[in-house]
Amino acid sequence: MMRSDVKNDFPIFAEWKEKGRPLIYLDSAATTQKPREVIAALDEYYSKYNANVHRGTYELSQLATDMYEEARAKVARFINSARPESVVFTRNATESLNLIAYAWGLNNLQKGDEIVLSEMEHHSNLVPWHIIARHTGAVLKFIRMNSDYMLDLESLKENLGPRTKAVSVVHVSNVLGTINPVKEICRLAHEAGALAIIDGAQSAPHMPVDVQDIDCDFYALSGHKMCGPTGIGALYAKYELLEKMEPFMGGGEMINEVFPTTSNYAKPPYKFEAGTPNIGGAIGLGAAVGYLEKLGLQNVVEHEIELGDYAARRLAEIEGIHIFRPKTTGTGVLSFTVDNVHPHDISTILDSAGIAIRAGHHCAQPLMRKLQVQSTARASFYVYNDKPDVEALAAALEKGIALFRPRKKADPEQTVRDAENNVKIG
Amino acid sequence: MSLDELFTEIILDHYQHPHNHGLIPNPTFSSRGYNESCGDDIQVSVLIRDGVIADAKFSGAGCSISQASASIMTDLIKGKTVDEARQIAGRFYEMVKGTEGDYGEEMGDAISLQGVSKFPVRVKCATLAWHTLEEALAKGDHER
Repeated sequence: MMRSDVKNDFPIFAEWKEKGRPLIYLDSAATTQKPREVIAALDEYYSKYNANVHRGTYELSQLATDMYEEARAKVARFINSARPESVVFTRNATESLNLIAYAWGLNNLQKGDEIVLSEMEHHSNLVPWHIIARHTGAVLKFIRMNSDYMLDLESLKENLGPRTKAVSVVHVSNVLGTINPVKEICRLAHEAGALAIIDGAQSAPHMPVDVQDIDCDFYALSGHKMCGPTGIGALYAKYELLEKMEPFMGGGEMINEVFPTTSNYAKPPYKFEAGTPNIGGAIGLGAAVGYLEKLGLQNVVEHEIELGDYAARRLAEIEGIHIFRPKTTGTGVLSFTVDNVHPHDISTILDSAGIAIRAGHHCAQPLMRKLQVQSTARASFYVYNDKPDVEALAAALEKGIALFRPRKKADPEQTVRDAENNVKIG
Repeated sequence: MSLDELFTEIILDHYQHPHNHGLIPNPTFSSRGYNESCGDDIQVSVLIRDGVIADAKFSGAGCSISQASASIMTDLIKGKTVDEARQIAGRFYEMVKGTEGDYGEEMGDAISLQGVSKFPVRVKCATLAWHTLEEALAKGDHER
């Protein structure tokens, strides 16, 4: 069971309540709010331990380095990585996926090689591969999604072949909340001799993740979607792969020896962390995973599925709402459309009631086309949300639907009279 | 900020019953406008005779603000010269961005979009059709 006072851990809610405009935050799939512990960790680091890392010639620098490496160990433990050196700090999941595409893809793919993606990918697992495919002549293939918004594993099998070099799929869809069977997907990829890449941006924050059990070769996550600061993320990779890969970016920190025309590199993970890293961010992320572990990831996922299911049932009772969510699995992500009310208008209506949701294509334009919609509204729940939040959402939606009820074509003369009256009244 | 200030009856009427919706078969100029952040997609076409906008239409899909704005705009620019249409567009941007001023009869139904200025995230919706119109008209500039 989730603690009932979790909201109190997040100062932003008290802040807006004090202003007389209580915040109902239903956009955690975009970014989550930050608990006091994470904000305090940043404050503590910058107030007491700020120094550059891996330059341990004085005590303060050694302390900062220890804190930075301890954060790495915490993230490694959080996803059950066999060793901390398998975790590379990046800016976010997008950078992690780009690192794979550039450092591995650009150097290992040949014309005609195949990368298998899926129809429910975020742009961050599409656009890097578009770029790499253009440079290498590699071909992109797509796992079909079925009518229950689940990936069709038969379609994966059909797409696997002798030229398949990698399968890269999202663990949890940021639009549909679908939880993909990543362990099975990795097994099938490996059977075909391909690498398995998992975009964990929407799974790491919400459920227990065990990269050894999944047996993925790469796993990408974003800190800000899991109570951590913005600008920090991580890439997990099997260590042997990191050893074999070329660097992503060059500069300080990632080198061993540098000569005028050549250089050799530090061992992973440092080989992939050029320049001064986001030390404060990493420490903040370490505090965030600590916070989530204390809540218990099993509690988190159960809480979100319960809220997601409840919201789906509640919204389905309202006439004119269409929900895009699998019947069989689903997290706390709920995408929907409303007859006669555009998602952007829904967002404005909800905003006026203090409810923050996302409206748009959710960085998944190919998926929007597959769903045959221009955009959707999306409510996404996290540890601090509760059933009253869902009730507020439903009530505000009902109000918006009433406002946008279809009207008869206005009588132009009546409109003119109304306008004149308004002027008089005004 | 009150919802009634944004979603006025005039706006909802234009949204639900848009004027000048469709395509001009052989337009003088047309342009496509796309709002990446929300996916609104609009096509504006104009027919120009002797420097005067003889017809204007729009097609595509989007939110109430972008669709009503396009409906109102196409009403407003018909019968105006290209330069006049551009002037109205300039006035319209000032109005929805909240610049103080007297926006009277010249703005027609567009005055009902004044409330957008209190909803900064919706300004892009209101201006989409107008920017698209300006892009279409700009295609004629090199011919002058």
